[in-house]
Amino acid sequence: MTPTRTAPALALGDDALILSHRLGEWMGHAPVLEEELALANIALDLLGQARVLLSLVGDEDELAYLREERAFCNVQLVEQPNGDFAHTIARQLYFSTYQHLLYGELARGEGEFSGLAAKAVKETAYHRDHAEQWTLRLGDGTDESHARMRTACEALWRFTGELFEPVEGLGVDPGPLESAWRTSVEEVLGRAGLPVPEGPRTGAWRAGAGRQGLHTESFGRMLAEMQHLHRSHPGASW
Amino acid sequence: MATVAAERRTPESGDDGDRQRLFDAAVAADDRIEPRDWMPDAYRATLVRQIAQHAHSEIIGMQPEANWITRAPSLRRKAILMAKVQDEAGHGLYLYSAAETLGTSRDELLDKLHTGRQKYSSIFNYPTLTWADVGAIGWLVDGAAITNQVPLCRCSYGPYARAMVRVCKEESFHQRQGYELLLALSNGTSEQHAMAQDAVDRWWWPSLMMFGPPDDESAHSAQSMAWKIKRHSNDDLRRRFVDICVPQAESLGLTLPDPDLRWNEERGHHDFGPIDWTEFKEVLKGNGPCNEQRITQRRQAHEDGAWVREAAAAHAAKHTGETGARA
Repeated sequence: MTPTRTAPALALGDDALILSHRLGEWMGHAPVLEEELALANIALDLLGQARVLLSLVGDEDELAYLREERAFCNVQLVEQPNGDFAHTIARQLYFSTYQHLLYGELARGEGEFSGLAAKAVKETAYHRDHAEQWTLRLGDGTDESHARMRTACEALWRFTGELFEPVEGLGVDPGPLESAWRTSVEEVLGRAGLPVPEGPRTGAWRAGAGRQGLHTESFGRMLAEMQHLHRSHPGASW
Repeated sequence: MATVAAERRTPESGDDGDRQRLFDAAVAADDRIEPRDWMPDAYRATLVRQIAQHAHSEIIGMQPEANWITRAPSLRRKAILMAKVQDEAGHGLYLYSAAETLGTSRDELLDKLHTGRQKYSSIFNYPTLTWADVGAIGWLVDGAAITNQVPLCRCSYGPYARAMVRVCKEESFHQRQGYELLLALSNGTSEQHAMAQDAVDRWWWPSLMMFGPPDDESAHSAQSMAWKIKRHSNDDLRRRFVDICVPQAESLGLTLPDPDLRWNEERGHHDFGPIDWTEFKEVLKGNGPCNEQRITQRRQAHEDGAWVREAAAAHAAKHTGETGARA
Protein backbone atom coordinates (compact mmCIF):
# COMPACT_ATOMS: atom_id res chain seq x y z
CA MET A 1 0.00 0.00 0.00
CA THR A 2 1.32 3.44 -0.89
CA PRO A 3 1.88 5.99 1.88
CA THR A 4 -1.10 8.05 0.71
CA ARG A 5 -3.36 5.06 1.23
CA THR A 6 -1.65 3.95 4.44
CA ALA A 7 -2.22 7.21 6.29
CA PRO A 8 -6.02 7.25 6.03
CA ALA A 9 -6.36 3.50 6.73
CA LEU A 10 -4.31 3.95 9.91
CA ALA A 11 -6.22 7.06 10.94
CA LEU A 12 -9.65 5.46 10.56
CA GLY A 13 -8.45 2.08 11.83
CA ASP A 14 -6.93 3.58 14.98
CA ASP A 15 -10.09 5.59 15.67
CA ALA A 16 -12.16 2.41 15.56
CA LEU A 17 -9.64 0.32 17.51
CA ILE A 18 -9.28 2.77 20.36
CA LEU A 19 -12.97 3.58 20.74
CA SER A 20 -13.75 -0.13 20.66
CA HIS A 21 -11.31 -0.66 23.50
CA ARG A 22 -12.86 2.10 25.60
CA LEU A 23 -16.35 0.66 25.07
CA GLY A 24 -15.02 -2.78 26.03
CA GLU A 25 -14.13 -1.32 29.43
CA TRP A 26 -17.87 -0.92 30.10
CA MET A 27 -18.56 -4.65 30.08
CA GLY A 28 -19.91 -5.75 33.41
CA HIS A 29 -20.43 -2.12 34.48
CA ALA A 30 -23.32 -0.85 32.35
CA PRO A 31 -26.41 0.76 33.94
CA VAL A 32 -28.80 -1.86 32.56
CA LEU A 33 -28.45 -5.25 30.89
CA GLU A 34 -29.64 -3.92 27.53
CA GLU A 35 -26.74 -1.46 27.54
CA GLU A 36 -24.22 -4.19 28.29
CA LEU A 37 -25.43 -5.65 25.02
CA ALA A 38 -25.59 -2.41 23.07
CA LEU A 39 -22.16 -1.13 24.09
CA ALA A 40 -20.58 -4.53 23.45
CA ASN A 41 -22.28 -4.65 20.09
CA ILE A 42 -20.95 -1.25 19.07
CA ALA A 43 -17.49 -2.16 20.38
CA LEU A 44 -17.52 -5.31 18.25
CA ASP A 45 -18.59 -3.44 15.12
CA LEU A 46 -15.76 -0.96 15.64
CA LEU A 47 -13.25 -3.71 16.27
CA GLY A 48 -14.35 -5.34 13.03
CA GLN A 49 -13.80 -2.07 11.16
CA ALA A 50 -10.40 -1.65 12.80
CA ARG A 51 -9.29 -5.13 11.77
CA VAL A 52 -10.21 -4.56 8.13
CA LEU A 53 -8.52 -1.16 8.02
CA LEU A 54 -5.33 -2.16 9.85
CA SER A 55 -5.03 -5.24 7.65
CA LEU A 56 -4.85 -2.93 4.65
CA VAL A 57 -1.70 -1.48 6.18
CA GLY A 58 0.02 -4.56 7.58
CA ASP A 59 -0.39 -7.18 10.30
CA GLU A 60 -3.32 -6.13 12.47
CA ASP A 61 -1.77 -7.44 15.69
CA GLU A 62 1.64 -5.93 15.11
CA LEU A 63 -0.03 -2.61 14.44
CA ALA A 64 -2.32 -2.80 17.47
CA TYR A 65 0.09 -4.26 19.98
CA LEU A 66 3.58 -3.20 19.02
CA ARG A 67 3.28 0.48 18.18
CA GLU A 68 3.95 3.00 20.89
CA GLU A 69 1.79 5.92 21.81
CA ARG A 70 3.47 8.37 19.44
CA ALA A 71 2.77 6.13 16.45
CA PHE A 72 -1.00 5.96 16.91
CA CYS A 73 -3.01 8.33 14.69
CA ASN A 74 -6.47 8.23 16.25
CA VAL A 75 -8.21 11.45 17.13
CA GLN A 76 -8.00 12.38 20.79
CA LEU A 77 -11.79 12.21 21.17
CA VAL A 78 -11.91 8.41 21.00
CA GLU A 79 -9.19 7.90 23.61
CA GLN A 80 -10.98 10.00 26.22
CA PRO A 81 -11.82 7.95 29.33
CA ASN A 82 -15.37 6.62 29.62
CA GLY A 83 -16.30 8.85 32.55
CA ASP A 84 -19.94 8.43 33.53
CA PHE A 85 -22.56 7.12 31.12
CA ALA A 86 -23.24 10.67 29.90
CA HIS A 87 -19.58 11.14 28.92
CA THR A 88 -19.63 7.88 27.04
CA ILE A 89 -22.82 8.90 25.24
CA ALA A 90 -21.54 12.39 24.40
CA ARG A 91 -18.37 10.83 22.97
CA GLN A 92 -20.54 8.42 20.98
CA LEU A 93 -22.78 11.21 19.72
CA TYR A 94 -19.90 13.32 18.48
CA PHE A 95 -17.95 10.43 17.02
CA SER A 96 -20.69 8.26 15.52
CA THR A 97 -22.27 11.26 13.80
CA TYR A 98 -18.88 12.06 12.26
CA GLN A 99 -18.19 8.46 11.37
CA HIS A 100 -21.60 7.90 9.82
CA LEU A 101 -21.32 11.01 7.66
CA LEU A 102 -17.75 10.18 6.69
CA TYR A 103 -18.51 6.59 5.71
CA GLY A 104 -21.59 7.77 3.83
CA GLU A 105 -19.34 10.08 1.83
CA LEU A 106 -16.72 7.39 1.26
CA ALA A 107 -19.35 4.83 0.25
CA ARG A 108 -20.66 7.19 -2.42
CA GLY A 109 -17.20 7.58 -3.92
CA GLU A 110 -15.14 5.12 -5.87
CA GLY A 111 -11.99 5.37 -3.81
CA GLU A 112 -9.96 2.84 -1.88
CA PHE A 113 -12.41 2.75 1.02
CA SER A 114 -15.77 2.67 -0.73
CA GLY A 115 -16.22 -1.08 -0.24
CA LEU A 116 -15.59 -1.18 3.47
CA ALA A 117 -17.43 2.11 3.93
CA ALA A 118 -20.55 0.59 2.37
CA LYS A 119 -20.63 -2.00 5.15
CA ALA A 120 -19.56 0.35 7.91
CA VAL A 121 -22.17 2.94 7.04
CA LYS A 122 -24.90 0.50 8.08
CA GLU A 123 -23.22 -0.16 11.40
CA THR A 124 -22.51 3.48 12.12
CA ALA A 125 -26.14 4.40 11.35
CA TYR A 126 -27.11 2.14 14.22
CA HIS A 127 -24.41 3.60 16.51
CA ARG A 128 -25.55 7.11 15.68
CA ASP A 129 -29.18 6.26 16.40
CA HIS A 130 -28.21 4.70 19.74
CA ALA A 131 -26.23 7.80 20.73
CA GLU A 132 -28.96 10.19 19.62
CA GLN A 133 -31.68 8.29 21.48
CA TRP A 134 -29.65 8.34 24.68
CA THR A 135 -28.79 12.02 24.25
CA LEU A 136 -32.53 12.70 24.12
CA ARG A 137 -33.27 10.49 27.13
CA LEU A 138 -30.53 11.99 29.25
CA GLY A 139 -30.93 15.60 28.09
CA ASP A 140 -34.70 15.46 28.41
CA GLY A 141 -34.91 13.06 31.37
CA THR A 142 -34.39 14.16 34.96
CA ASP A 143 -32.64 17.29 36.29
CA GLU A 144 -29.67 15.16 37.21
CA SER A 145 -29.36 13.47 33.83
CA HIS A 146 -29.75 16.81 32.09
CA ALA A 147 -26.96 18.33 34.16
CA ARG A 148 -24.67 15.36 33.59
CA MET A 149 -25.31 15.29 29.85
CA ARG A 150 -24.70 19.02 29.58
CA THR A 151 -21.41 18.70 31.48
CA ALA A 152 -20.33 15.81 29.28
CA CYS A 153 -21.16 17.57 26.02
CA GLU A 154 -19.22 20.63 27.16
CA ALA A 155 -16.24 18.64 28.42
CA LEU A 156 -15.76 16.79 25.14
CA TRP A 157 -16.54 19.71 22.82
CA ARG A 158 -12.91 20.77 22.64
CA PHE A 159 -11.98 17.46 21.03
CA THR A 160 -14.44 17.77 18.15
CA GLY A 161 -12.50 20.22 16.00
CA GLU A 162 -9.89 17.60 15.30
CA LEU A 163 -12.42 15.37 13.55
CA PHE A 164 -12.32 17.75 10.59
CA GLU A 165 -8.59 18.12 10.16
CA PRO A 166 -7.92 16.98 6.60
CA VAL A 167 -6.57 13.43 6.34
CA GLU A 168 -4.20 13.20 3.44
CA GLY A 169 -5.21 10.57 0.91
CA LEU A 170 -8.74 10.12 2.23
CA GLY A 171 -10.29 12.15 -0.56
CA VAL A 172 -12.99 13.72 1.59
CA ASP A 173 -13.46 17.47 1.78
CA PRO A 174 -13.69 18.22 5.53
CA GLY A 175 -15.62 21.48 5.04
CA PRO A 176 -19.01 20.07 4.00
CA LEU A 177 -18.51 17.15 6.40
CA GLU A 178 -18.07 19.55 9.28
CA SER A 179 -21.11 21.61 8.43
CA ALA A 180 -23.28 18.49 8.09
CA TRP A 181 -21.95 17.32 11.46
CA ARG A 182 -22.68 20.64 13.13
CA THR A 183 -26.20 20.76 11.75
CA SER A 184 -26.94 17.24 12.94
CA VAL A 185 -25.39 17.56 16.41
CA GLU A 186 -27.02 20.93 17.01
CA GLU A 187 -30.39 19.54 15.99
CA VAL A 188 -30.08 16.59 18.39
CA LEU A 189 -28.85 18.76 21.25
CA GLY A 190 -31.73 21.14 20.57
CA ARG A 191 -34.32 18.36 20.73
CA ALA A 192 -32.70 17.12 23.95
CA GLY A 193 -33.04 20.61 25.46
CA LEU A 194 -29.27 20.93 25.70
CA PRO A 195 -27.33 24.07 24.75
CA VAL A 196 -24.73 23.82 22.04
CA PRO A 197 -21.39 24.15 23.85
CA GLU A 198 -19.70 27.48 23.28
CA GLY A 199 -16.07 26.74 24.04
CA PRO A 200 -13.29 26.42 21.50
CA ARG A 201 -13.21 23.22 19.50
CA THR A 202 -9.46 22.84 19.84
CA GLY A 203 -7.19 23.62 22.78
CA ALA A 204 -4.53 26.33 22.95
CA TRP A 205 -1.97 23.65 22.11
CA ARG A 206 -4.25 22.46 19.33
CA ALA A 207 -6.20 19.42 20.42
CA GLY A 208 -5.94 18.43 16.85
CA ALA A 209 -2.74 16.53 16.88
CA GLY A 210 -3.88 12.95 17.51
CA ARG A 211 -3.42 12.21 13.84
CA GLN A 212 0.23 13.28 14.25
CA GLY A 213 0.70 10.98 17.24
CA LEU A 214 0.27 13.58 19.97
CA HIS A 215 -2.15 12.20 22.52
CA THR A 216 -3.60 12.92 25.94
CA GLU A 217 -2.12 11.51 29.14
CA SER A 218 -4.59 8.70 29.78
CA PHE A 219 -3.84 7.15 26.39
CA GLY A 220 -0.45 5.70 27.31
CA ARG A 221 -1.91 3.95 30.32
CA MET A 222 -4.70 2.52 28.17
CA LEU A 223 -2.13 1.16 25.70
CA ALA A 224 -0.06 -0.31 28.52
CA GLU A 225 -3.04 -2.41 29.57
CA MET A 226 -4.00 -3.31 26.02
CA GLN A 227 -0.52 -4.35 24.92
CA HIS A 228 1.11 -5.86 28.00
CA LEU A 229 0.27 -9.53 27.43
CA HIS A 230 1.11 -9.49 23.74
CA ARG A 231 4.41 -7.73 24.42
CA SER A 232 5.28 -10.16 27.24
CA HIS A 233 5.44 -13.05 24.76
CA PRO A 234 7.35 -11.79 21.74
CA GLY A 235 6.63 -13.75 18.60
CA ALA A 236 4.01 -16.00 20.18
CA SER A 237 0.78 -16.73 18.38
CA TRP A 238 -2.53 -16.78 20.14
CA MET B 1 -52.21 -27.86 21.02
CA ALA B 2 -51.01 -25.45 23.66
CA THR B 3 -54.44 -23.84 23.87
CA VAL B 4 -56.13 -27.18 24.29
CA ALA B 5 -53.64 -28.14 26.95
CA ALA B 6 -54.17 -24.85 28.76
CA GLU B 7 -57.91 -25.32 28.83
CA ARG B 8 -57.48 -28.84 30.01
CA ARG B 9 -55.28 -27.77 32.89
CA THR B 10 -57.14 -24.66 34.00
CA PRO B 11 -60.76 -25.70 34.22
CA GLU B 12 -63.27 -22.95 35.03
CA SER B 13 -64.48 -24.96 37.95
CA GLY B 14 -62.90 -27.67 39.98
CA ASP B 15 -60.70 -27.63 43.04
CA ASP B 16 -56.93 -27.78 43.39
CA GLY B 17 -57.14 -31.54 43.68
CA ASP B 18 -58.50 -31.73 40.11
CA ARG B 19 -55.91 -29.25 38.92
CA GLN B 20 -53.15 -31.16 40.64
CA ARG B 21 -54.27 -34.36 38.89
CA LEU B 22 -54.32 -32.64 35.51
CA PHE B 23 -50.89 -31.12 36.17
CA ASP B 24 -49.45 -34.49 37.21
CA ALA B 25 -50.93 -36.11 34.10
CA ALA B 26 -49.43 -33.41 31.87
CA VAL B 27 -45.99 -33.87 33.44
CA ALA B 28 -46.29 -37.65 33.15
CA ALA B 29 -47.22 -37.31 29.46
CA ASP B 30 -44.19 -35.06 28.84
CA ASP B 31 -46.46 -32.14 27.94
CA ARG B 32 -45.06 -28.69 28.45
CA ILE B 33 -46.42 -26.58 31.29
CA GLU B 34 -47.08 -23.05 30.02
CA PRO B 35 -47.36 -19.72 31.93
CA ARG B 36 -51.18 -19.64 32.02
CA ASP B 37 -51.49 -23.23 33.20
CA TRP B 38 -52.22 -24.04 36.80
CA MET B 39 -49.15 -25.29 38.61
CA PRO B 40 -48.38 -26.19 42.22
CA ASP B 41 -47.00 -23.26 44.24
CA ALA B 42 -43.87 -25.23 45.08
CA TYR B 43 -43.25 -25.99 41.38
CA ARG B 44 -43.54 -22.28 40.60
CA ALA B 45 -41.23 -21.35 43.48
CA THR B 46 -38.64 -23.95 42.49
CA LEU B 47 -38.61 -22.71 38.91
CA VAL B 48 -38.31 -19.07 39.94
CA ARG B 49 -35.39 -19.97 42.18
CA GLN B 50 -33.64 -22.05 39.54
CA ILE B 51 -34.22 -19.77 36.54
CA ALA B 52 -33.27 -16.68 38.54
CA GLN B 53 -30.09 -18.32 39.74
CA HIS B 54 -29.35 -19.28 36.18
CA ALA B 55 -29.95 -15.71 34.95
CA HIS B 56 -27.82 -14.26 37.76
CA SER B 57 -25.02 -16.68 36.82
CA GLU B 58 -25.03 -15.35 33.27
CA ILE B 59 -24.59 -11.75 34.35
CA ILE B 60 -22.13 -12.36 37.20
CA GLY B 61 -20.32 -14.70 34.80
CA MET B 62 -19.59 -11.74 32.55
CA GLN B 63 -17.16 -10.37 35.14
CA PRO B 64 -14.37 -12.97 35.21
CA GLU B 65 -14.21 -12.92 31.41
CA ALA B 66 -14.65 -9.18 30.96
CA ASN B 67 -11.60 -8.95 33.22
CA TRP B 68 -9.53 -9.94 30.17
CA ILE B 69 -11.23 -8.02 27.36
CA THR B 70 -8.88 -5.05 27.63
CA ARG B 71 -5.86 -7.35 27.71
CA ALA B 72 -6.75 -9.95 25.07
CA PRO B 73 -3.51 -10.73 23.21
CA SER B 74 -4.80 -10.56 19.62
CA LEU B 75 -7.61 -8.68 17.93
CA ARG B 76 -9.23 -11.92 16.83
CA ARG B 77 -9.32 -13.23 20.40
CA LYS B 78 -10.56 -9.88 21.62
CA ALA B 79 -13.46 -9.95 19.16
CA ILE B 80 -14.36 -13.53 20.18
CA LEU B 81 -14.30 -12.63 23.86
CA MET B 82 -16.39 -9.50 23.39
CA ALA B 83 -18.95 -11.48 21.40
CA LYS B 84 -19.06 -14.08 24.13
CA VAL B 85 -19.62 -11.60 26.93
CA GLN B 86 -22.31 -10.00 24.81
CA ASP B 87 -23.99 -13.40 24.37
CA GLU B 88 -23.97 -13.84 28.14
CA ALA B 89 -25.84 -10.58 28.63
CA GLY B 90 -28.32 -11.90 26.05
CA HIS B 91 -28.69 -15.18 27.92
CA GLY B 92 -29.37 -13.20 31.07
CA LEU B 93 -32.14 -11.38 29.22
CA TYR B 94 -33.78 -14.59 27.92
CA LEU B 95 -33.67 -16.12 31.37
CA TYR B 96 -35.07 -13.10 33.20
CA SER B 97 -37.89 -13.10 30.64
CA ALA B 98 -38.53 -16.79 31.28
CA ALA B 99 -38.60 -16.12 35.03
CA GLU B 100 -41.01 -13.22 34.53
CA THR B 101 -43.57 -15.60 32.97
CA LEU B 102 -43.88 -17.06 36.47
CA GLY B 103 -45.10 -13.79 37.94
CA THR B 104 -41.94 -12.16 39.17
CA SER B 105 -39.99 -9.23 37.69
CA ARG B 106 -36.39 -8.65 36.69
CA ASP B 107 -36.15 -5.78 39.18
CA GLU B 108 -37.33 -8.00 42.00
CA LEU B 109 -34.87 -10.75 41.06
CA LEU B 110 -31.95 -8.34 40.73
CA ASP B 111 -32.81 -6.93 44.12
CA LYS B 112 -32.66 -10.44 45.57
CA LEU B 113 -29.29 -11.00 43.92
CA HIS B 114 -27.92 -7.70 45.23
CA THR B 115 -29.07 -8.43 48.76
CA GLY B 116 -27.75 -11.99 48.76
CA ARG B 117 -31.20 -13.63 48.91
CA GLN B 118 -30.64 -15.43 45.62
CA LYS B 119 -27.47 -17.12 44.48
CA TYR B 120 -25.47 -17.52 41.31
CA SER B 121 -23.18 -20.35 40.24
CA SER B 122 -20.29 -20.85 42.67
CA ILE B 123 -17.84 -21.12 39.77
CA PHE B 124 -17.83 -17.38 39.15
CA ASN B 125 -16.31 -16.77 42.56
CA TYR B 126 -12.95 -17.92 41.23
CA PRO B 127 -10.55 -15.35 39.75
CA THR B 128 -9.24 -15.19 36.17
CA LEU B 129 -5.51 -14.81 36.78
CA THR B 130 -4.08 -15.38 33.31
CA TRP B 131 -5.25 -15.25 29.72
CA ALA B 132 -5.43 -19.06 29.68
CA ASP B 133 -8.22 -18.87 32.26
CA VAL B 134 -10.44 -17.48 29.50
CA GLY B 135 -9.84 -20.72 27.57
CA ALA B 136 -10.32 -22.91 30.63
CA ILE B 137 -13.63 -21.20 31.36
CA GLY B 138 -14.77 -21.81 27.79
CA TRP B 139 -13.71 -25.43 27.71
CA LEU B 140 -14.51 -26.58 31.26
CA VAL B 141 -17.03 -24.14 32.71
CA ASP B 142 -19.10 -23.79 29.54
CA GLY B 143 -18.65 -27.53 28.95
CA ALA B 144 -20.09 -28.28 32.40
CA ALA B 145 -22.87 -25.76 31.82
CA ILE B 146 -23.82 -27.44 28.54
CA THR B 147 -23.83 -30.89 30.15
CA ASN B 148 -26.23 -29.46 32.74
CA GLN B 149 -28.32 -27.46 30.32
CA VAL B 150 -28.87 -29.76 27.36
CA PRO B 151 -31.28 -31.93 29.40
CA LEU B 152 -33.06 -28.70 30.44
CA CYS B 153 -34.09 -28.27 26.80
CA ARG B 154 -36.64 -30.99 27.69
CA CYS B 155 -37.60 -29.45 31.02
CA SER B 156 -41.34 -29.56 31.79
CA TYR B 157 -41.70 -25.78 31.92
CA GLY B 158 -42.03 -24.53 28.33
CA PRO B 159 -40.49 -21.04 28.56
CA TYR B 160 -37.42 -22.36 30.38
CA ALA B 161 -36.98 -25.26 27.95
CA ARG B 162 -37.20 -22.92 24.95
CA ALA B 163 -34.72 -20.47 26.48
CA MET B 164 -32.33 -23.40 27.00
CA VAL B 165 -32.49 -24.39 23.34
CA ARG B 166 -31.24 -20.95 22.34
CA VAL B 167 -28.70 -20.71 25.15
CA CYS B 168 -27.22 -24.15 24.45
CA LYS B 169 -26.58 -23.37 20.79
CA GLU B 170 -24.47 -20.35 21.69
CA GLU B 171 -22.80 -22.08 24.65
CA SER B 172 -21.54 -24.94 22.47
CA PHE B 173 -19.95 -22.36 20.23
CA HIS B 174 -18.22 -20.72 23.21
CA GLN B 175 -17.06 -24.07 24.45
CA ARG B 176 -15.39 -24.91 21.13
CA GLN B 177 -13.75 -21.48 21.07
CA GLY B 178 -12.39 -22.02 24.60
CA TYR B 179 -11.02 -25.40 23.59
CA GLU B 180 -9.41 -23.88 20.52
CA LEU B 181 -7.86 -21.09 22.62
CA LEU B 182 -6.29 -23.67 24.96
CA LEU B 183 -5.11 -25.73 22.00
CA ALA B 184 -3.29 -22.71 20.58
CA LEU B 185 -1.60 -22.12 23.94
CA SER B 186 -0.81 -25.78 24.48
CA ASN B 187 0.89 -25.93 21.06
CA GLY B 188 2.56 -22.55 21.53
CA THR B 189 5.69 -21.58 23.41
CA SER B 190 6.64 -23.38 26.61
CA GLU B 191 5.41 -20.36 28.60
CA GLN B 192 2.05 -20.53 26.85
CA HIS B 193 1.80 -24.27 27.42
CA ALA B 194 2.54 -23.81 31.12
CA MET B 195 -0.07 -21.06 31.29
CA ALA B 196 -2.68 -23.41 29.81
CA GLN B 197 -1.79 -26.25 32.18
CA ASP B 198 -1.92 -23.95 35.20
CA ALA B 199 -5.37 -22.72 34.21
CA VAL B 200 -6.72 -26.25 33.78
CA ASP B 201 -5.21 -27.20 37.14
CA ARG B 202 -7.08 -24.35 38.82
CA TRP B 203 -10.43 -24.72 37.03
CA TRP B 204 -10.87 -28.51 36.93
CA TRP B 205 -12.18 -29.14 40.44
CA PRO B 206 -14.38 -26.05 40.61
CA SER B 207 -15.92 -27.15 37.29
CA LEU B 208 -16.81 -30.56 38.75
CA MET B 209 -18.46 -28.73 41.65
CA MET B 210 -20.78 -26.99 39.19
CA PHE B 211 -22.95 -30.13 39.10
CA GLY B 212 -23.88 -29.54 42.72
CA PRO B 213 -23.61 -31.70 45.83
CA PRO B 214 -23.56 -35.49 45.63
CA ASP B 215 -26.96 -37.12 45.08
CA ASP B 216 -27.40 -38.17 48.69
CA GLU B 217 -26.97 -34.56 49.85
CA SER B 218 -28.92 -32.75 47.15
CA ALA B 219 -31.92 -31.13 48.80
CA HIS B 220 -34.04 -30.37 45.73
CA SER B 221 -33.10 -33.20 43.38
CA ALA B 222 -35.81 -35.77 44.00
CA GLN B 223 -38.68 -33.30 43.70
CA SER B 224 -37.16 -31.59 40.63
CA MET B 225 -36.76 -34.94 38.93
CA ALA B 226 -40.34 -35.91 39.72
CA TRP B 227 -41.49 -32.64 38.17
CA LYS B 228 -39.21 -33.22 35.18
CA ILE B 229 -37.47 -29.92 35.76
CA LYS B 230 -34.34 -31.93 36.23
CA ARG B 231 -33.73 -35.00 34.09
CA HIS B 232 -30.56 -36.52 35.51
CA SER B 233 -28.96 -36.57 38.93
CA ASN B 234 -25.97 -34.39 39.84
CA ASP B 235 -23.64 -37.36 40.04
CA ASP B 236 -24.83 -38.77 36.69
CA LEU B 237 -24.15 -35.49 34.94
CA ARG B 238 -20.78 -35.12 36.65
CA ARG B 239 -19.73 -38.62 35.51
CA ARG B 240 -20.87 -37.83 31.98
CA PHE B 241 -18.80 -34.62 32.02
CA VAL B 242 -15.64 -36.35 33.25
CA ASP B 243 -16.00 -38.99 30.54
CA ILE B 244 -16.25 -36.26 27.90
CA CYS B 245 -13.30 -34.24 29.23
CA VAL B 246 -10.69 -36.96 29.60
CA PRO B 247 -10.15 -37.60 25.86
CA GLN B 248 -10.40 -33.87 25.15
CA ALA B 249 -7.63 -33.16 27.66
CA GLU B 250 -5.50 -35.78 25.91
CA SER B 251 -5.96 -34.19 22.52
CA LEU B 252 -5.17 -30.82 24.07
CA GLY B 253 -1.91 -32.26 25.38
CA LEU B 254 -2.84 -31.19 28.91
CA THR B 255 -3.29 -33.22 32.06
CA LEU B 256 -6.16 -33.14 34.53
CA PRO B 257 -5.05 -32.57 38.14
CA ASP B 258 -6.37 -35.81 39.59
CA PRO B 259 -4.03 -38.73 40.39
CA ASP B 260 -7.05 -41.03 40.92
CA LEU B 261 -8.49 -40.44 37.46
CA ARG B 262 -8.60 -43.67 35.44
CA TRP B 263 -10.91 -45.68 33.22
CA ASN B 264 -13.04 -48.25 34.99
CA GLU B 265 -13.80 -50.99 32.50
CA GLU B 266 -16.41 -52.58 34.72
CA ARG B 267 -18.51 -49.43 35.18
CA GLY B 268 -17.82 -48.07 31.72
CA HIS B 269 -16.91 -44.72 33.28
CA HIS B 270 -13.85 -42.97 34.63
CA ASP B 271 -13.20 -43.18 38.33
CA PHE B 272 -12.07 -39.91 39.81
CA GLY B 273 -10.78 -38.61 43.10
CA PRO B 274 -12.79 -37.07 45.92
CA ILE B 275 -14.15 -33.55 45.54
CA ASP B 276 -13.35 -31.08 48.30
CA TRP B 277 -16.91 -30.43 49.47
CA THR B 278 -15.65 -28.24 52.29
CA GLU B 279 -14.33 -25.78 49.75
CA PHE B 280 -17.62 -25.98 47.83
CA LYS B 281 -19.62 -25.16 50.96
CA GLU B 282 -17.31 -22.28 51.87
CA VAL B 283 -17.70 -20.75 48.41
CA LEU B 284 -21.49 -21.16 48.61
CA LYS B 285 -21.47 -19.47 52.01
CA GLY B 286 -19.75 -16.44 50.48
CA ASN B 287 -16.18 -17.25 51.46
CA GLY B 288 -14.75 -17.98 48.01
CA PRO B 289 -11.94 -15.88 46.56
CA CYS B 290 -14.18 -13.42 44.67
CA ASN B 291 -17.65 -13.56 46.23
CA GLU B 292 -17.35 -10.13 47.78
CA GLN B 293 -15.77 -8.56 44.70
CA ARG B 294 -18.36 -9.97 42.26
CA ILE B 295 -21.40 -8.84 44.18
CA THR B 296 -19.87 -5.46 45.00
CA GLN B 297 -19.19 -4.78 41.33
CA ARG B 298 -22.74 -5.85 40.40
CA ARG B 299 -24.28 -3.63 43.06
CA GLN B 300 -22.00 -0.78 42.11
CA ALA B 301 -22.94 -0.99 38.42
CA HIS B 302 -26.60 -1.01 39.42
CA GLU B 303 -26.27 1.94 41.82
CA ASP B 304 -24.08 3.97 39.46
CA GLY B 305 -26.63 3.35 36.72
CA ALA B 306 -29.69 4.38 38.76
CA TRP B 307 -29.71 7.94 37.39
CA VAL B 308 -29.58 6.57 33.83
CA ARG B 309 -32.57 4.29 34.38
CA GLU B 310 -34.44 7.13 36.09
CA ALA B 311 -33.70 9.40 33.13
CA ALA B 312 -34.99 6.81 30.67
CA ALA B 313 -38.18 6.36 32.71
CA ALA B 314 -38.71 10.13 33.06
CA HIS B 315 -38.15 10.66 29.35
CA ALA B 316 -40.56 7.86 28.45
CA ALA B 317 -43.20 9.28 30.80
CA LYS B 318 -42.91 12.74 29.21
CA HIS B 319 -43.25 11.35 25.74
CA THR B 320 -45.91 8.67 26.10
CA GLY B 321 -48.59 8.96 23.50
CA GLU B 322 -46.23 10.46 20.96
CA THR B 323 -46.36 8.47 17.78
CA GLY B 324 -43.28 7.30 15.99
CA ALA B 325 -43.24 10.52 13.94
CA ARG B 326 -39.61 11.05 14.81
CA ALA B 327 -38.50 7.67 13.58
